[in-house]
Amino acid sequence: MPTPTSEGQGDLCLTNVTKRFGDFTAVDDLSLTIPQGSFFALLGASGCGKTTTLRMVAGLERPTAGTISIGEEDITEAKPYARPVNTVFQNYALFPHMTVLDNVAFGLKRRKVADATKTAKEGLELVELGHLAGRKPAQLSGGQQQRVALARALVNHPAVLLLDEPLGALDLKLRRQMQLELKKIQEEVGLTFVHVTHDQEEAMTMADTIAVMNAGVIEQLGHPTELYERPASTFVANFLGQSNLLAGEISDRVGGDLVVQVGGHKLALPGDRSTRQDGKVWLGVRPEKLRIGLAGGADGAGRNHLDGVVLDASFTGVSTQYLVRLAWGQAITVVAQNDGSALLRDGDQVQVSWVPQHGFALDAAQDAFAGAQRVGDDDTPVPALGGAR
Amino acid sequence: MSAIGSLGGAGGRTKTAPDRPEKRRLTPYWLLVPGMAWLLIFFVVPMVFLGSQSLQTGSFEDGTKLTWNFSIYWETLRGYWPHYARSIGFAALATIAALLIGYPLAYMIAHKSGRWKNILLVLVIAPFFTSFLIRTLAWKTILSSGGPVVWFFQQTHLTDLLQWLHLTDKDTLLATPFAVIAGLTYNFLPFMVLPLYASLDRLDHRLLEAAGDLYSRPFTAFRRVTLPLSMPGVVAGTLLTFIPAAGDYINSVLLGNTRSTMIGQVIDGQFLRVLDYPQAATMSFILLIIILAIVMTYVRRSGTEELV
Repeated sequence: MPTPTSEGQGDLCLTNVTKRFGDFTAVDDLSLTIPQGSFFALLGASGCGKTTTLRMVAGLERPTAGTISIGEEDITEAKPYARPVNTVFQNYALFPHMTVLDNVAFGLKRRKVADATKTAKEGLELVELGHLAGRKPAQLSGGQQQRVALARALVNHPAVLLLDEPLGALDLKLRRQMQLELKKIQEEVGLTFVHVTHDQEEAMTMADTIAVMNAGVIEQLGHPTELYERPASTFVANFLGQSNLLAGEISDRVGGDLVVQVGGHKLALPGDRSTRQDGKVWLGVRPEKLRIGLAGGADGAGRNHLDGVVLDASFTGVSTQYLVRLAWGQAITVVAQNDGSALLRDGDQVQVSWVPQHGFALDAAQDAFAGAQRVGDDDTPVPALGGAR
Repeated sequence: MSAIGSLGGAGGRTKTAPDRPEKRRLTPYWLLVPGMAWLLIFFVVPMVFLGSQSLQTGSFEDGTKLTWNFSIYWETLRGYWPHYARSIGFAALATIAALLIGYPLAYMIAHKSGRWKNILLVLVIAPFFTSFLIRTLAWKTILSSGGPVVWFFQQTHLTDLLQWLHLTDKDTLLATPFAVIAGLTYNFLPFMVLPLYASLDRLDHRLLEAAGDLYSRPFTAFRRVTLPLSMPGVVAGTLLTFIPAAGDYINSVLLGNTRSTMIGQVIDGQFLRVLDYPQAATMSFILLIIILAIVMTYVRRSGTEELV
């Protein structure tokens, strides 16, 4: 029996990992290093390979090719019970015939840890369920079961803790609460958390580093703000929040700035915010970065301007979401903070503007709608707050 | 009565509201009536009849009358205890054999058979399409001397092992306790497999993944998760096998010898050939009490709340 412990263990490394099911490639030549002690999120729509990746780390699936290691130790071929890895399963998978305490003590007892019951009790205290130790899982609410599942994995102090859509079955309010709590617990125990989710907001709230997965490969990896502010692909731009993508062509260069021709307008963009320096691009800008005002109003110099007509305005209290048709017919989304200014109405002639530093440009060869969540296209059980559309 | 209320629709509902709770409280009892009547007529009445008959004295020709002859119970037990012991022993061995054969079979059907699942389940029940008697008679052929089974047992010296266990007394298999137990096992195997399958099929495979994730080797996961969760099926299966096996006499008549007589065979003889009804009734009652005592102890011990 191995003696899994977080001490002396290192980073989780996936090297050229591929997993095929018959003809279907679930994970395609994935290489990834997750530093010890980080909260890492694998984000993607269902079927993108994120759960398969997690299951390979847990040992529940065997990679078709590639290696998985923790620190110096290659665990690619290790059986699940011989890995210093524990999982919080999507459906919690609590043992229905055991009490909450026995569930939490299960892993400790299998490893013949001294004081298993005492450690399990401490684990339950950590998730504030000490008073329910004698109950059976069926007698607990969804949120409580979730905490038991977390405690059951945490008490083993694994080198890597895997969370498979752990909050998927909870209602929105409880999700928000558990997100913060999970983050807090992770900071307390200092273990490496690898969190699989399709909920971009959940990933951004909790993780230090997010890897956005699509069709078995990682589209982009980085800090949440970096992914959001500087998406590297149209998929990331659309999947993480919402983006307006305008078709344009780089025509000139003025100092450090690129000049992008969009529908006859010259728009500025810092050169380092574009993935290419010439040719056709998608010029992207986030809806909340746009400022909207009646046409002809004075607006700050040094901003990019476009004229349009308000197609639709939906007031949501904290902000108003406008759909604005531009001169060439494309509709873009503008989110305006409710700062007390007058609401615009359908048909108003408007001007939208933004600071060049808030734009980003992506290769026009990519699909502008990749990763966009269309209506009826969404597998999210609970709609994400501020999710696209 | 309640049909009128529902016919009235929304309007009728408010109208009949005051007497509704009363009716609702009585509904479960009305629903119990057919079942209770059935039990009363076909279980309680015959039981009382059988009980009173066991305490009567007299003969079939001259008629019997109730003399509260309790001593017959003691005498029967003293005279026939080997038959009772044999019946319980054979039934217990057959139940254990059926469990050992049935559990892996049920597990395989529930978790490993994929698209063959339904076909395999039908195959488990398929023997029921022919009569119990015919199937048991077929075992006479299967176990007959000179047949392949006997040849195999002799070649592998399993016959020696069976003789050492006192399950056979010669180099043959037919007309031995072994044959009776084999027949019982075969005939009641489906009753073991089906409840086991039902409880194993409900077992969530993800629980086994969780057990593996929590440092359990496959065998530990089986012992700690699969087995406890399938206990309702084990208890149901063993009861459904043990109870009818203990009272069975077809297998001992067709496959046994004079020294493997089970109590069911004796009761059959007393009722239909000797025509000593009080004696037969007493024997039946004693068997009933013994089985009841064993089953109750067993169910208590195995601690499955679902069945008690």
